[in-house]
Amino acid sequence: MARDSQAALVALNRFGLGARGGASGDFMNAASDPRGFVKAELSRPNGVLLEAPGLQSTPQLGQAVFEYQAQVKAAREAAAKVGTPGESKPEAKPGEGPPQVQGAPTPADRKSGARRNLSLNAVAMDIAGEKPEMKPSDAAAKPTDAMQPSAATPPAAKPAPQPLNVIQKTFRAEALARLQRATLADCGFTERLVAFWSNHFCISAAKGELARIWAGSFEREAIRPHVLGRFADILKAVEQHPAMLFFLDNQQSLGPDSRAGQNRKRGLNENLAREIMELHTLGVNGGYTQEDVTSLARIITGWTFAGRQGRLGEPGNFVFNANAHQPGPQVLLGKTYDAAGLAQGEAALADIARHPSTANFIATKFVRHFVADDPPPALVARLRDVFTRTDGDLKALATALVDSNEAWTAPLTKMRSPYEFLVASGRLLARVPEDPGQYLGSLNLLGQPLWSPAGPNGFPDTNAAWAAPEGMKLRLDIAVQIGSRLGNNIDPLDLLEFAAADAASTETRRTIERAESRQQALALLLMSPELQRR
Amino acid sequence: MTMDCAENRLLASRRALLLGGASFAAWAYLPKFARATDGRDPRLIVVILRGALDGLATVAPVGDPDYAGLHGSIALTRDGEHPALMLDSFFALHPSMPEFGRMYRDKHAAVIHAVSTPYRDRSHFDGQDVLESGYAGPGRVQSGWLNRALEALPRGERVSSGLAVGPTTPLVLRGTAPTVGWAPVALPQADDDTAMRLVDLYRHRDPALASVLSQGLQLEKAASGDDMKPKPGNAVAQMRLVAKGAAKLMAADDGPRIAALAFDGWDTHANEGGPVGRLAFLLGGLDGALAEFESGLGDRWRDTAVLVATEFGRTARINGTDGTDHGTGTIALLAGGAVKGGRVISDWPGLKLASLYEGRDLKPTTDLRAVIKGVLQDQFGLSDRVLAETVFPDSASAKPMKGLVA
Repeated sequence: MARDSQAALVALNRFGLGARGGASGDFMNAASDPRGFVKAELSRPNGVLLEAPGLQSTPQLGQAVFEYQAQVKAAREAAAKVGTPGESKPEAKPGEGPPQVQGAPTPADRKSGARRNLSLNAVAMDIAGEKPEMKPSDAAAKPTDAMQPSAATPPAAKPAPQPLNVIQKTFRAEALARLQRATLADCGFTERLVAFWSNHFCISAAKGELARIWAGSFEREAIRPHVLGRFADILKAVEQHPAMLFFLDNQQSLGPDSRAGQNRKRGLNENLAREIMELHTLGVNGGYTQEDVTSLARIITGWTFAGRQGRLGEPGNFVFNANAHQPGPQVLLGKTYDAAGLAQGEAALADIARHPSTANFIATKFVRHFVADDPPPALVARLRDVFTRTDGDLKALATALVDSNEAWTAPLTKMRSPYEFLVASGRLLARVPEDPGQYLGSLNLLGQPLWSPAGPNGFPDTNAAWAAPEGMKLRLDIAVQIGSRLGNNIDPLDLLEFAAADAASTETRRTIERAESRQQALALLLMSPELQRR
Repeated sequence: MTMDCAENRLLASRRALLLGGASFAAWAYLPKFARATDGRDPRLIVVILRGALDGLATVAPVGDPDYAGLHGSIALTRDGEHPALMLDSFFALHPSMPEFGRMYRDKHAAVIHAVSTPYRDRSHFDGQDVLESGYAGPGRVQSGWLNRALEALPRGERVSSGLAVGPTTPLVLRGTAPTVGWAPVALPQADDDTAMRLVDLYRHRDPALASVLSQGLQLEKAASGDDMKPKPGNAVAQMRLVAKGAAKLMAADDGPRIAALAFDGWDTHANEGGPVGRLAFLLGGLDGALAEFESGLGDRWRDTAVLVATEFGRTARINGTDGTDHGTGTIALLAGGAVKGGRVISDWPGLKLASLYEGRDLKPTTDLRAVIKGVLQDQFGLSDRVLAETVFPDSASAKPMKGLVA
């Protein structure tokens, strides 16, 4: 096949995470067979799964949190007994105090102000493979760190950093595994699919300690195995995952007429039921009513996870609590669900997964993410039909997208998200991350804190969100930092060849050629339209 | 004016500025509507609370016999350890808002209760779309009422820019009228030369990016005074910090007259809390932000109105998890020296079951658009027709509420 540079740019940028630098040959490979380059990842058995040494299962992590919380409590009580303030200042329990307010800044956000300079330098150093001069910040660091003066203060003035607790360590390990996979992937199409579905079915690590420790295992367990599987399966896996049940409060929801509901005078919480229909499946205009929301909320009462005492099962596992389940048949979207117990909700989810509104909602969002803010209607219609005909086969959906003409001819107008920008930069510079802290800090700064969107609708997916004045200014500052760290050692024109070859514009090439230093040239390359648009 | 014209005009001026190294001041044009006759120089700040604020928990109808029962364990009370601040004999303000309470007593703050946009469903995202777009339904339009109000102001060489506070421009301020953006961060600045080269590249290859990057570069400079160094802090401190920076920009003689910002986190499904707790924490932040506006704007506060609005309210009855679910009627707040305050304005529908909207929510009796239109008219002199057709299309039935501004 003839070499097609423009199609290579589409393959690498629209579908993937950008060309890798060094000897990867990504651009040449993509140019010689663009569709084949993208699709190669789809046919790799188990290629989407992520297993890294030390990553643990959700129940194991849940138990780790329970143990950690018990230790904190014991330390606090011991301190109270001797009449001194507790040395270890525990973070508030989920839902207990203001710091855990959904959407409110996490400890990391709170500290990010003081650490901005640091994390900015650090991301550059990380990509440079150099050692940061002090303990790196990350999204899980203690809020007490926030009380330190800004980076203008010499490092020596800082007290020794506290050792990370199990939640912070886990978050970093999960983040690092994801970042390394994204940096090393051949094309990155399946990693983009993971990010898409993970954002579609998002939780927020800012919800509390359980959400923070589970953010990575949620994606590994509920998203990755199904990204090339069936929609009904990903839906069930997500809605039954302890992280989602915790994030949208379903573990607190009790059927009013259930045994637990009658005893405890607590009741229904509609949060998960609403977001299942509005955000995960049917879409806001998908043809459901408030009655349906309430009905689904009743149907899924009892979907919870076992707590630390393990009364319902092994702590940290999904369990169905019959005591909390609203008894009796329920009418949802005009259909009566008689089945008792867990089967009632599973039957309802299976039907919602194949609802026509779901097919439309998913196809539209999918095309919007990969092709254009205003998705071409014909392409949306085709993917909707594929979704319907294959009963929600997500691999068929992805394949149909790659096979379409629209996806190859539409101009590259979408902005890379901050995550895509940072990963693409690391790939081009051929730097495998060894420390996630710097990436996490920069993601906080650019408004896309990892696994922590402000609401259950996930991070936005439009140019209006990412091509904003402050965001572009911050990207430039980050690019300048990377340039000043690494510019000496690279030839920016070589990198331009790796990234875009003869698909690069004359203006971009000239701008890089005419830069007054290699450092400046690298910053300009990272900020060029060829690296920012996909 | 087409988008292209606006872009070109802005690009030309911004590029000139970059080359000349001039400041924010030179291109945030003075508004022509500064009133020569009475010497007033009106300012408007719109604060969007994302997540649907519980209006019944913020300004509680403690005089309504059904309120305490419905709001249950989180209801505010006149007495007790954290008594609510009585605004009149019927409504009481949440105790975590003493600054607003002070402004209310000084007649520079007002509450409008039982308001809502025309939106009657319960999706945050559609509700915010209606609130910010100014259209009667979620139409996915890409412009907001505040931007269209800006556009309707007198033109000429002194068109004003709206200020978008935060890393992204809220929909309410998006559109063809020029806006500038700012967020409270301080980083090592990219040097001017690098920035200029990049803007030049974008100008040739990607004009949209040229425009947003230029804005980001200018605003950062204008706002980075000594006292705007990044500070640690929780959500409350963040709200104050954002307000402080915005006030500083707007206080300048040649600063923007109109700004919009958004605070997240008001979706209180569980453990909402009463006089203390989660919502109280957030309201404290909002209260602090209002105080920062007041002190930061200094003499300008006299002519300023701050409008606080949210996409919809929450259920009148608490749910099974000591929170509230998505509802309809809620409050709007006004604060500022320009506000004719000391009043709770409400056609109170009552909280009897039969009076509730769909048996769940505070029934809205005032159209939020009427409130906003009243403020826009009093502050900037926009006509009924422009307000009913351009700023809030198809809203003739929602007449501007008179006399909100002194």
